[in-house]
Order: sequence, then structure tokens, then C-alpha cells
Amino acid sequence: MTIWDDLVGQPEAVQTLSRAASGEGMTHAWLVTGPPGSGRSTAAKAFAAALQCPQVGCGECHECRTALSGAHADVTLVATEHVHLRAEDVRPLIALAQQRPSAGRWRVVVIEDADRLNDTSGNLLLKAIEEPPPRTVWLLCAPGPDDVLVTIRSRCRHVGLRVPSVEAVAELLVRRDGVEHQMAAFAARASGSHVGVALRLATDEGARIRRREVLRLPGSVRGVGGAVLAAGQLAEVAQQESKAATEDRNAREREELLAALGATGLRTLPPAVRSQVRKLEENQKRRATRAQRDVLDRSLTDLLSLFRDVLVVQLGAGVELTNAEMAAEVEQLARQSSPEETIHRMDAIAQARFRIAANVAPLLALEALMVQLCPVTR
Amino acid sequence: MAAPSGTRKKSTSSTGRSGGSARTVPLGEVAPAPLVLLVGPEDVLAQRAMDDVTAAARAADPELSVERIAASGYERGTLALMSSPSLFGGGILIRIEGLEAAPEALVQDLTAYAADPVDEICVILRHAGGARGRGLLDTLRSAGARETLCQSLAKDDDKLGFAAGEFRRSGAQASPQALRSLVDALGSNLAELAAACRQLAEGLELSESTSARVEVEQVEEWFGGRVEVTGFKVADATVAGRADQALSLLRHALATGSDPVPVVAALAAKVRALAKVSVAGRGRSAELAPSLGMAPWQFDRARRELSGWTEEGLAAAVLAVARADAEVKGAGRDPVFAVERAVLTVARARRP
Repeated sequence: MTIWDDLVGQPEAVQTLSRAASGEGMTHAWLVTGPPGSGRSTAAKAFAAALQCPQVGCGECHECRTALSGAHADVTLVATEHVHLRAEDVRPLIALAQQRPSAGRWRVVVIEDADRLNDTSGNLLLKAIEEPPPRTVWLLCAPGPDDVLVTIRSRCRHVGLRVPSVEAVAELLVRRDGVEHQMAAFAARASGSHVGVALRLATDEGARIRRREVLRLPGSVRGVGGAVLAAGQLAEVAQQESKAATEDRNAREREELLAALGATGLRTLPPAVRSQVRKLEENQKRRATRAQRDVLDRSLTDLLSLFRDVLVVQLGAGVELTNAEMAAEVEQLARQSSPEETIHRMDAIAQARFRIAANVAPLLALEALMVQLCPVTR
Repeated sequence: MAAPSGTRKKSTSSTGRSGGSARTVPLGEVAPAPLVLLVGPEDVLAQRAMDDVTAAARAADPELSVERIAASGYERGTLALMSSPSLFGGGILIRIEGLEAAPEALVQDLTAYAADPVDEICVILRHAGGARGRGLLDTLRSAGARETLCQSLAKDDDKLGFAAGEFRRSGAQASPQALRSLVDALGSNLAELAAACRQLAEGLELSESTSARVEVEQVEEWFGGRVEVTGFKVADATVAGRADQALSLLRHALATGSDPVPVVAALAAKVRALAKVSVAGRGRSAELAPSLGMAPWQFDRARRELSGWTEEGLAAAVLAVARADAEVKGAGRDPVFAVERAVLTVARARRP
């Protein structure tokens, strides 16, 4: 076993990173890019572990395990549950990067969501990333090189990950998570080789049901009224899901905060406490926004995979369908429209994703999308 | 924060039972009393009430001395000092403003005073609403204070009544049309409305005109061309297909402080309602509306507005509004242009 085992289907990246960890071509800042679910964070964490491990990535020693879990004193993992990494989130990293490693060989700062750095926070880090002290290394992860500021990109060495094969992802699910073979194969295919989503699909019945319902929409919705109602459903589901994911945690955090401030059980909160609680609630709201957007984005990606299949059938490409279990629906959609229309619909999905990310009311963006997916005169 | 918590709890529960107690006095009937409470967010109304009480008290006692206290800068003992009998006789009226920001010293002094108010002295207390100072208000209420609510006026009828009252106060009259167009122009801010009424009344006096009352022409002359419009009115005109009216309303809305974003949101809500109703089929609105997540009146209204809309028109409208929402939030260069284009597109998408 080595530290690289969970990074499936990426032989080139593993080679580059492990050679760097053993001293060949090491540099002070790395940008790991790859499509969602290809294992950017996994790669960065494994690299961090390899940098700390005396055997350059055995995967079993104390250094490896603590680095992977985020408990290593010299490995800092930065991720956000909000829409952006803000300046106040990253400012502490500048001072941190100047410190010598306390126990390990390197001080490693991993920014898992470098694409969520905005202009302010990105520029704040420029100098720190450009010239860190000799034993500090930055690892940034983003979907593509274009997703980070050009000035940051130019200061990093780039490692690209590719979409792992369906077989490799299925094999990982079976080996690492003990998923049954058939289910692993389905999940890996349906998720488009997205490791995290595949795991979720394989282990969560609710996620499979929701996915199926989303994919049924284009074939079943009729007319503008139906499209608007379907969009409402989609938004509602996303909201519920994000609520379910955050509600318990929100209540617990509030309890903990009140306990920490000694205000448990007070009917009216003193002003000082109230402002703290308000701050917490604002943070929770940001987190809910992000969660809702993530769920919607997932649904839209699922829809995209459906129309990809439709296009595959229309063009007679003869490659495997992502949604093989929905072959009948795909066939029907393919008969009812032309390839041009399918492309238009895929563009509409991309546009809706872009709009939701740009703060358009999700319901409105979805309505416009559903109207385009289910044309009026047909 | 205010009175000792024991007192506060007790009085909260007592008001909870008695609700709006018998001592609540309507705005028009405020009169001097040992303790007069003016509670509510509308400053103009409270100011009027205060002036009325002061005038009434002064009419009863020309020697009256009026003292003013600003709660925020209150120093301990001031109230006792002012409420002690004057060497030269004559009544005393004390106006305390800003009770919602009362410091501890004032709370304690008032609590002590309220326990044994002097009948000959009139204390007017102004609280702008909000949670602060609740305990003190309850203490005052249980001490027998006469309370008057100064709520902001939401309905147009109330505003018309207020404007008419303002004219009366200045010894003038206005025609119904004049009142209506004045409220249309300035209704959102009562202070502005009051000032406008006074100006018009004074103008009437100076001009020595033959007419005894303010007419709509005078209002138009000074305040014409200004219409306060919300996004909803713009949306109403738009889905009714009245492009010209919708555009001019939109301009008014933007000029009187509406932002393009809520205008687009109102438009989106309107188009959404139309689209939902278009698939509802026949049936009673009370049964159909809940399944679409609408109130029956919304449903009925949308159903009426649906005439003239086709499937294609609705589709075009949905797309135009979504595009505009993206553009007013940064995807376009000019938010005003984006919302204008959406209004035009939607209005034209309806079959004339």
C-alpha cells in the first residue's frame, strides 16, 4: 500500500508528485487541477503526506495518517463551506506560511477550494505564494487553471488530473468503501466518474431516487406551466436537501455558542451575545446558500449527462450511455428532437449553471431552463 | 436591562392578559393626563399628538411651563427637579422623548415617579417602538398611563385622512382630487406629506385666491410628475400588455428609489403565477390555488390576467425575465436598460 492508492486513474500525476516528494523537481507552489471528482484534494493531501513521510509516502506511518486526516501540525488544510474564500479566511495563512515546520520536513498549506478565492483574497496571497521561505510549500486545487487568478496561476507549477475511467472508480468504491460490485459499477458510470458523487449514489438510496426523478423531468414535462411547476419542484427539493444537511448542525452550533457565552436558557439575550449569535446565523445562511447551489448544480449536471446520452444516440456515436438504465427515455427524447436542439438544450443547462453561480434567483434560472428543455410547440 | 428582572416578568405577564387595556386612547382624542404614552414608529403622528396635548394643557392653564427631556442624555434626578412645584405656581408639562434609548438613570427615576405620579403634572412619554425599554413601558402601563399608538399608515385611506387633517390644522381645505394626487406623490413619507400640506395651505393664504380650498391644479403645479410606484405596479401593467404605461411606471419607480432587482423579482413572480394558472384547468380557485402554492385571491387575479397569453408568449416572458435577472445582477452593463428590455419584451409577448 502507498499513499497514492486512493488517487485512481492518474498515473502521470502520481509519478510527477511522488518524484517531487523525493526531491526531484520540487517547487514552492503547486496548482492541482482536474474535473470535479477526479481527486484534486486527494492528490494534494497525498502529496502533503508524501512530503512529510520519511519513506516518501508509505501510507502507514504516523506522518502519513495525520497529514491525510488534517491533524498534522505542519499541514494546514483550507476549504470553505461558503460561496467564497474571503480575505479574513486566508489572511492568517500569510503569517503561517512564514513559520518553519515544527516537526515535519515541510510546512504545507493546502487550499482545497482555490477557485473560490475572490479577487481580494487571491491578491492577498500573491506575495506569500510567490516567495515562501525555503521549507514552505503551497498546494492549490481548482477545477481548471482558468479558475484561479492569472497572477496566482503563473506562480505555481501545474499538475493536471484527468477524468478517471469508470472501471477505476468502481474498483476504488469496492476496495475502499466495500460497495457491492454491481452497485459500484452503476454509481461510477452514473456519476460520470466523480468519485465523491459515486460514493453517495452507491450508499444513499435517497440520492438515487432524487437523481432518477430529476432525469425523468425532460421527458414528462409539458408546456410552460408544467415547466414552471417542475422548476419549482427542483428548487424545493434542493432547498429541503440543503436544509436537512444543515439544520441539525445549525441548532447544535447555536447551542454550543450559547453555552460558551454562558447564555444558555436566557429568554432575552444580552446585546453582546445577540451580536455573536447573529454572526453565527449569517455564517449558517451563507453555508445554506452554498449547499443549495451545490445540490442544484448536481441536478443540472445529471440533466447534462442525460442530454449527452441523447446526443450520443442521435449521432450514432456507439459509446456507452451514462444513464443506461434510462435507455428508453433517452431513445424517445432522441427521436423527438434534432441534434441541434439537443446542443441548444445543453447550452441552456450550462447557462442555468452559470446564472445560479452568478446569484440569479435559482427558481428563475431553473424556470428559464425548464422552458427551454421542454419546448412549447411540439 | 431596564427594571429589575422580577418586576419586568410580572408586568409582561399582566399586559399579556389584559392586551390593549381600556386606557388605550385613539390618536384623535389624546388629552392631558398624569402619564401620556405615545408608542409607535411614526414620528409625525407622535409629534402631532404631543403638540395637541400641550395645546390642550396650555388652553386650560395659560401659566403652564413646558419642560423637555431627551432620554439619551438624561442625568439622574432631572425628573424630580422638574416635577417639583414651581415657586410661581402654574402647571407643569414634561415631554420626554426617545424612551426607546432610555438610560438606566431615567428608567429608575421614571419607575419611582410612576409609583406615585403627581396629578397636576402632565408627563408625555415618547417611545418609538422596538424591544428596548419594554419593561419600562409595562411599568408605566400598570401605573395607569394613557397609551396612544402611533403606527405608520399603510392604507391610502388613512393617508388621505391624515392629509385632510393636516389641512384642517393649518386652517385650510383641499378637494378630494387634490388630496389623492398629493398622497400619490408623497404618500410613502408622512413627514414629507405633512410639510407639503402646510406649504400648500400657506400658499393658499398668500395667494388670496378666490377659491377657499386647495385644488388639484395647485398640487400638480408643485408636486406633479412625481408618482411613487412599486415594482408590483410595473409588473401589473407589464403582464396586462400595456407597454407604454409599464415603461413610464418603471421610470417613476426607478426615479423614486426602487432598485431594478426587486422590479425584476416582481415581474418574475407575476409571470410565474400566469404560467402556473395556465395549467390549472377549470375549477374553483379555493381548491386549485393551494396545490399551486398560491393564495386564492392570487389565483383568481392571475386567471383574469391570463387572457391574451399564449404558451409561446409565456415562454418568451419567462426567458426574458430570467435574462434580465442575470443582467441586473452583473451580467449586463446597464441594469436599467436590462429591466426596460424585459418589460418591453414581456408586454409585447402578450397577444394584443
